[in-house]
Amino acid sequence: MFEYLNIIFLESYKVLFMLLPVLTAVALMVWLDRRVWAFVQKRRGPNVVGPFGLFQSLADALKYLFKEIIIPASSNKIIFILAPIVTMTLALVAWAVIPFNESLVIADINVGILYLFAVSSLGVYGIIMGGWASNSKYPFLGSIRSAAQMVSYEVSIGVIIINVLLCVGSLNLTDIVLAQENLWFIIPLFPMFVIFFISALAETNRPPFDLPEAEAELVAGYQTEYSGMMYAMFWLGEYANILLMCSLGSILFLGGWLPPIESFPFNFIPDFMWLILKILFLFILFSLVKAIVPRYRYDQLMKLGWKIFLPMSLIWVVITASYLFYFDLLPSN
Amino acid sequence: MLAHSLFFYTFSFIAIFSAIMVTASKNTVHSVFFLILDFISVSCLFIMIGAEFLGMIMLIVYVGAVAVLFLFVVMMLNVAQQKKQWFSSTENSKHIPLGVLISVIIFFELIIVIGGWKFKPEVASSISLAFNNINVSNTHSIGNVLYTDYIHLFQLSGMILLVAMIGAIVLTFRRRSGLKRQSYFSQISRERSDSVKLIEVESNKGVNIDD
Repeated sequence: MFEYLNIIFLESYKVLFMLLPVLTAVALMVWLDRRVWAFVQKRRGPNVVGPFGLFQSLADALKYLFKEIIIPASSNKIIFILAPIVTMTLALVAWAVIPFNESLVIADINVGILYLFAVSSLGVYGIIMGGWASNSKYPFLGSIRSAAQMVSYEVSIGVIIINVLLCVGSLNLTDIVLAQENLWFIIPLFPMFVIFFISALAETNRPPFDLPEAEAELVAGYQTEYSGMMYAMFWLGEYANILLMCSLGSILFLGGWLPPIESFPFNFIPDFMWLILKILFLFILFSLVKAIVPRYRYDQLMKLGWKIFLPMSLIWVVITASYLFYFDLLPSN
Repeated sequence: MLAHSLFFYTFSFIAIFSAIMVTASKNTVHSVFFLILDFISVSCLFIMIGAEFLGMIMLIVYVGAVAVLFLFVVMMLNVAQQKKQWFSSTENSKHIPLGVLISVIIFFELIIVIGGWKFKPEVASSISLAFNNINVSNTHSIGNVLYTDYIHLFQLSGMILLVAMIGAIVLTFRRRSGLKRQSYFSQISRERSDSVKLIEVESNKGVNIDD
């Protein structure tokens, strides 16, 4: 019995030391996002609270914490309360399999990439639940849009993952990183990286694909009826998902924790820092896209997902498989 | 084994409870959410017996895609109207014998399969032969069996799904007249010469812009 308790305590300790940095990082990322966005538009951005405005998210969180939570009278109360909890939990639970270096991972499971894919495909439920339970038109429209959008772009992300898996021969995330020791997959699979990046934007409802919360037409989409801490939880979940997509991109294509060259100035930096730097790089790309690109129209979004990305990534699977087979490079284990 | 059985009973209790609630709850949207809970706990059970690939695929396919479509359809129904009348009206209780018949058939099918394993253990062991190799993860062994021994069945099921998909598209596809569609090609291939025209305007005459 004590053995089990011991295991449980050890695991909770690990989970705690994973979640605290992730949550802190999410708060800082919100600040960074707003800062980058502001710099592109020649504004200052949040720069008042703390040095460079670093504590802005903390102040915001405090504000949300003390605000009243309003639950609409005609809403479905249980599902209304569950929706932000589901979003937040799913966004955090996926971090269990992200390897920060060869041993720094909570659960090194065989099907890590499938687990990540499954958890990110469950993320749509938080939004559908929130939109439906609000019992109001705008949230419902927003949630329908987001469900259709996330389901469509997940398909192409899945096919892109198949491309990477063909080169690796394993579903384990650590193996995927170790397979890139000589060559990061971004070089042979560059078109797939571009499609993955754009699909990740759509999957996390980021601009230019932020139609579920298009403020010009839907007020705030599925978040319209939410207030106080419940709204903040949606927000945190969304940014944790963005970070997750960034880390997935850096593990699949940018070589995870591996430094670009195995020599002095590069391997002096500890390896988990490399993963963090790569995540930061992708995240800054995300926020630059937010600042630069105007919003897509809905039919264009669907056309891009189904008629361009899906065929392209399917053709690339055929090309990758044929190349690997012809030159006898298929990983065999 | 204590923790193992604790988890097993938790997940199976949730699975059975939510399966009952799928039929018992009066709100159809709640039923779909209980169905999702059922899928999730069943995939947890799959993972517990070591079939992690099957469990994850179950999550991705059923929960991530199929149940979302279920939810879509159910949300579009007028839930408030049907809430009360389903079990109370006599007209709908006609379906109960049919439902009982189907469940009895499924029950006996399960008994035949599991009873077969009980009386002829070699049947079960020949099925699980490919999965008994401990050195290979079960993803690899599923791939080995699926793409060698059962490749024709696998291809056939893929073809059936493709035909079903094309059929659904053909059934719902219709070209409406008077619909303005965007053509990227004509947009991009537009040139200055056929869209901009320089006109000398005489004073007090104006220009006719309609042509």
